[in-house]
Amino acid sequence: MADVAATAAGRRWRKPPLIKNANLRWGLYIGAAVYFILASYSILVEVNWQRVYEGLPRGAKFVGGFFPPFPFANIIETGGFEELAAQRLIDIGDGLIESLTMTVTSTVIGILISVPIGLGAARNIAPMPVYLLCRGIIAISRSFQEVIIAIFFVAMFGFGPFAGMLTLSFATIGFLSKLLAEDIESMDPGQAEAIRATGSRWPQWINYGVQPQVMPRLIGLSLYRLDINFRESSVVGIVGAGGIGSTLLTAFDRYEYSTAATILLIIIGIVFFAEYSSGKIRARLQ
Amino acid sequence: MPVRVEAEVKVWQRRDRNKQLAIWGGWFAGVLLFVFCWQIISGNTTWFFVWDSPRIAADIASRMVPPRWEYIYKIWDPLWDTINIATLGTVLALCMAVPVAFLAARNTTPSAYIVRPVALFIIVASRSINSLIWALLLVSIIGPGVFAGTIAIALRSIGFCSKLLYEAIEEIDHTQVEAIEATGASRWQIMAYGIVPQIMPAFAGISVFRWDINIRESTVLGLVGAGGIGLQLSSSLNILAWPQVTLILIAILATVLVSEWVSAKVRHAII
Amino acid sequence: MLRLEGLSKRYPTGDEALKGVDLEVPKGQVMALIGPSGAGKSTLIRCINRLVEPTGGRAILDGVDVTALGAGGLRQARRRMGMIFQEYALVERLTVMENVLSGRLGYVSFWRSWFRTYPQSDIDEAFRLLDRVGLTEFCDKRADELSGGQRQRVGIARALIQDPALLLVDEPTASLDPKTSRQIMRLICELCEERDLAAIINIHDVLLAQMFVPRIVGLRVGEVVYDGPADGLSPEVLTEIYGEEDWTATIKKDPDEGNDGDGVEESTEEHMQGLT
Repeated sequence: MADVAATAAGRRWRKPPLIKNANLRWGLYIGAAVYFILASYSILVEVNWQRVYEGLPRGAKFVGGFFPPFPFANIIETGGFEELAAQRLIDIGDGLIESLTMTVTSTVIGILISVPIGLGAARNIAPMPVYLLCRGIIAISRSFQEVIIAIFFVAMFGFGPFAGMLTLSFATIGFLSKLLAEDIESMDPGQAEAIRATGSRWPQWINYGVQPQVMPRLIGLSLYRLDINFRESSVVGIVGAGGIGSTLLTAFDRYEYSTAATILLIIIGIVFFAEYSSGKIRARLQ
Repeated sequence: MPVRVEAEVKVWQRRDRNKQLAIWGGWFAGVLLFVFCWQIISGNTTWFFVWDSPRIAADIASRMVPPRWEYIYKIWDPLWDTINIATLGTVLALCMAVPVAFLAARNTTPSAYIVRPVALFIIVASRSINSLIWALLLVSIIGPGVFAGTIAIALRSIGFCSKLLYEAIEEIDHTQVEAIEATGASRWQIMAYGIVPQIMPAFAGISVFRWDINIRESTVLGLVGAGGIGLQLSSSLNILAWPQVTLILIAILATVLVSEWVSAKVRHAII
Repeated sequence: MLRLEGLSKRYPTGDEALKGVDLEVPKGQVMALIGPSGAGKSTLIRCINRLVEPTGGRAILDGVDVTALGAGGLRQARRRMGMIFQEYALVERLTVMENVLSGRLGYVSFWRSWFRTYPQSDIDEAFRLLDRVGLTEFCDKRADELSGGQRQRVGIARALIQDPALLLVDEPTASLDPKTSRQIMRLICELCEERDLAAIINIHDVLLAQMFVPRIVGLRVGEVVYDGPADGLSPEVLTEIYGEEDWTATIKKDPDEGNDGDGVEESTEEHMQGLT
């Protein structure tokens, strides 16, 4: 004990680093530092600080548009143009209805398409060619942002919410099918095997062996996707695929900040309400 | 009870009558809602275009192939911009998301009635507004360019990261924190030793996850002028240069696949 | 050096977990706290260092009324009380060494603790303690890579590096197998003796308590119902504390039968002989 105590005094200790290999660690540090310097430089060098400075009052005006939001602000500004205010409200109402209907239909259609594709993308259920095909569809759906897909659908189907609805349905595939496939791939094989052993046919096997295991999560994910689709529906309008996005774009183009602020507040409100109620529903279903 | 007695015979059903009616009622209402919405959309649709779409699709497809490979020299810079927007935007967002998350978590918020609701509002507001809309807003205020794009990505990501982060903070093991508290540690030391180590895996996972999503979102910001490869996409579409568009799409696909691979690898290493 | 005067805890729901507990623990004395679940043992221990806020009474540590201290004073008082937890309560993702050093958090500034630049004397003491509990080669292993008994020993080291005047031990052996339980109890009692430390050990295994600890306090529904030597635990006393039960197997046999009378607590083999 005595000699251990003697050598113990003065023994240094330092926290062992996360990455043991010193070369790798320093390589990462230096690489990261170099990257950040280059990246920040490339962004900041492009900034037109004059323009930013000039833009700040506009920003203030936008924030001001939230208190109080349109239509009161518009009336105060333009001296009581009721027709203009009413027109704006109708525009917003139309856009909102388009967005909401797009959300509902695209989520339903999306779920209907995603389930078979999800089943086909699960390694433990699907044969190889089907698996590859479905995984490919999912990859395309996930890699491209909804707006890009919207552009193509608008080119094919014309302006309007139909294109938007298809866009969101397609985007839903990437989300739901992937998670569904992962869920199926990680499900308990014993349960499904037992159903198989009773001599059931394939659809029965799916209905009794697979579905009960993945259903709860699927429902949760579908509700979540409903929320996402609503938020996305407010954006695809920018390229003409319907929804409140186009109203928003027009408002920005006309520098009508109070209208824009109103629309944003409405979007925030709907998302908040949806999240709140889905939480309550989820709690009650438990 | 799913078991009924009918003429002295026990009948089993999957659900009892009321529950079954409620479920059918639910389905019926759902279908009704769907049909109602479909009608509205259908009313706004020019069905002629829809039936015509296969022909148009084939037309566009033929114009898109083969891709214009030489154009690749013009998109290296925008790709670099896109990656920077995503990365720096994510980093910026994390710097702000961490304090907001601590303020929003029930077990670390300084005040449950004032500060927490404000933090939660910030999170909802940031989440509800798509990064493209943020970009629209910022371009209109501070002008077009990658700067607006970076800030747009950052503003959107705060909500996402904070939400997941504060959920992780609320789920930590309380006794570890208690033990640190019992040694006489100060509030910040309790945070550094008791809370931070427990949320590190979640933090790293969330950051990489969001970065991956942001790469995708950054590709389209250029459509509203906020920099990145979206600018090339926008201009190519405007002049209907479909082979260029194809090349841009391929570049985006490649970038996204790489970023997803990186993200999966990093998240795997963290567990 | 620790005096509890009428310590009580009443929850907002009306539950009275502690009803006016009076207790005195002199310096260097190890004391065991026994009682059924819900008797208030954990609450009592946590009220002493105010992890749970008492609603009445006082806890006085070496003349300082802990219950009346503000935040800063409380931190300083907590430094002097080392706590050992039932589920070890180590920070799982930190290494053994960091966990031990975290016992010094009350003594170092935030930035020192953040960058892990503890004073060399702390590091020396950490190594000494790790050596004493037999975990030197584990010092850079992550805490969640250790077994239950090893983790508890790290917890003991963390409590001792605070250089405390009092040890508060909350069910140290509840999650351990019988052999490890004995090792841990032995370790705790030896360390208390070496350092002349007072300790309150919350324990549900009455036999273990009797084997190692001279003084036993029995708690029932928030009140002290027994306070005396370990061998004073007759079946009647145990009934009073826990309720009606066949207590013959729980009590250590008459000291003359199992012990060789030299005042040293018997080893496991001797105890086994005593039982047969």
